Amino acid sequence: MKKTISVIYIAIIMLFLYLPIMALVVLSFNDAKSMAVFTGFSLRWYQELFQSRMLMYAVVNTFSIAIISSLIATIIGTLAVLGLSSMKKKNQDLILAANNIPMLNADIVTGISLMLCFIILHIPLGYCTILFAHITFSIPYVVLSVRPRLNRTTDRLFEAALDLGASRGYAFRKVVLPELKPGIVSGFLLAFTMSVDDFIITYFNRGAGINTISTVIYSQVKVGIRPSLFALSTIIFVIAFVALVVVNRNSDRKGVAFNL
Amino acid sequence: MANKKWASPFIIWIIAGTVIPILSIIYYGFTTRDGGFTFRNITAIFEHDHIQALGLSLGLAIASTLVCLILAIPMAMILKGSKFGKEGFMIFVFILPMWMNFLLRTMAWQVLLERAGVINSILGIFGLPPQELMNTPGAIILGMVYDFLPFMILPIYNTVSKIDDHLIEAAYDLGANKFTVYMRVILPLTVPGIVSGITMVFIPALTTFVISNMLGGGKVNLIGNIIEQEFTVNSNWYLGSGLSLVMMIFIIASMLLLNKFDKTGGQSLI
Repeated sequence: MKKTISVIYIAIIMLFLYLPIMALVVLSFNDAKSMAVFTGFSLRWYQELFQSRMLMYAVVNTFSIAIISSLIATIIGTLAVLGLSSMKKKNQDLILAANNIPMLNADIVTGISLMLCFIILHIPLGYCTILFAHITFSIPYVVLSVRPRLNRTTDRLFEAALDLGASRGYAFRKVVLPELKPGIVSGFLLAFTMSVDDFIITYFNRGAGINTISTVIYSQVKVGIRPSLFALSTIIFVIAFVALVVVNRNSDRKGVAFNL
Repeated sequence: MANKKWASPFIIWIIAGTVIPILSIIYYGFTTRDGGFTFRNITAIFEHDHIQALGLSLGLAIASTLVCLILAIPMAMILKGSKFGKEGFMIFVFILPMWMNFLLRTMAWQVLLERAGVINSILGIFGLPPQELMNTPGAIILGMVYDFLPFMILPIYNTVSKIDDHLIEAAYDLGANKFTVYMRVILPLTVPGIVSGITMVFIPALTTFVISNMLGGGKVNLIGNIIEQEFTVNSNWYLGSGLSLVMMIFIIASMLLLNKFDKTGGQSLI
């Protein structure tokens, strides 16, 4: 009895989470433009999607910004964790408190405050300002996922390696980095996900003429959604599905995927 | 092992990307167009339209946070008891929609709710009249719950799954019934997860302008919408910054309040 209720409850929540996505998938193959009637199977919206330069540019922008910003954020964040470890506790706490601000602040405030600064400094809004903003909000996630990996044992292991005759560089590569690696990987993935999913901060810091997937959707919603966006959602859904299966396989069950 | 200097790019980035922007929003919030000092941008929150938007934002954010909480707690408990959760499968199920762009997910509800949309055409098959589902506060709560529910379930599940089963067994051995075990053992141990979940749902819900624009058809004005319009339509950065500061006061207040319940300092966020 109790089990049945549990299964029904899970089923309802799943339905709630996936029904809208499934509706988009079905409508992406619809021959008509209608959002209500399914008139026949067709791939015309996929064709329209791949022929639309604006949408293709948006996809390229989204992923290039995500890759570049999360790589830079991962490097800066990881170096920061290592550097912080040799600082005084008081300074560490102060810096980490500042680190938490973009994570806890509302996206709209982060976005607006950065935009204000760019405008005051006469920096034209565009690709680079989006990149800067994305790195800014990604670094805290990297710091938070790498930091727990660095503890006193890592320090002792490093010293032990030095005592056993390893050079500093060698000990760092062979002892410290492998310890940090799961945190670095999950930090990178978090930063990447945040960047791809971001709309609000991009919206305020993009100039005219540059679009990401999110900003294209937002502008289309105002004038009327075309089903080519449903085709795009379907493709993104399939890619996310495949990517998650791969990530799940490659990580010990409680590792990377768990943290996302 | 490492040099202090390694943190310097990070510190520079925090100063340039976080500290200076926040200071400039504070500066604009207290400045008039001709550069004088003023409180007027802050007190503008008491103007009729603004206070109404703030009230509506708070109401909708509280409502959607509560709905998420009510849906998420049983879900986390079920996952703990079942073998799904441990296998990572259910976690996968909740993460997957989060990997889809959040505007696409909101757009999906627009497609379902629209006057000529999926739900109304299903109603039509049964001969029922079409309903005005869009552009209502209910539609916005629905959109918020849909977008933010995984952010409530995951931290709660994270803490629930770490509860030591021996504690629960010990409580039963000492004669507690099921209800007592839930109320006195499991729930108190879940508080850090609940606090993280509430933070992760309440703040984006309070400050959104996207969901209200997409599912409210521009007819429902939240405080986020007002701020966005001050910056993009009216180009009044001074008023926009002032209202943003008021919104930040609400964010900080809600976090201070929530931190009183959570002694672990947000460890379950990640």
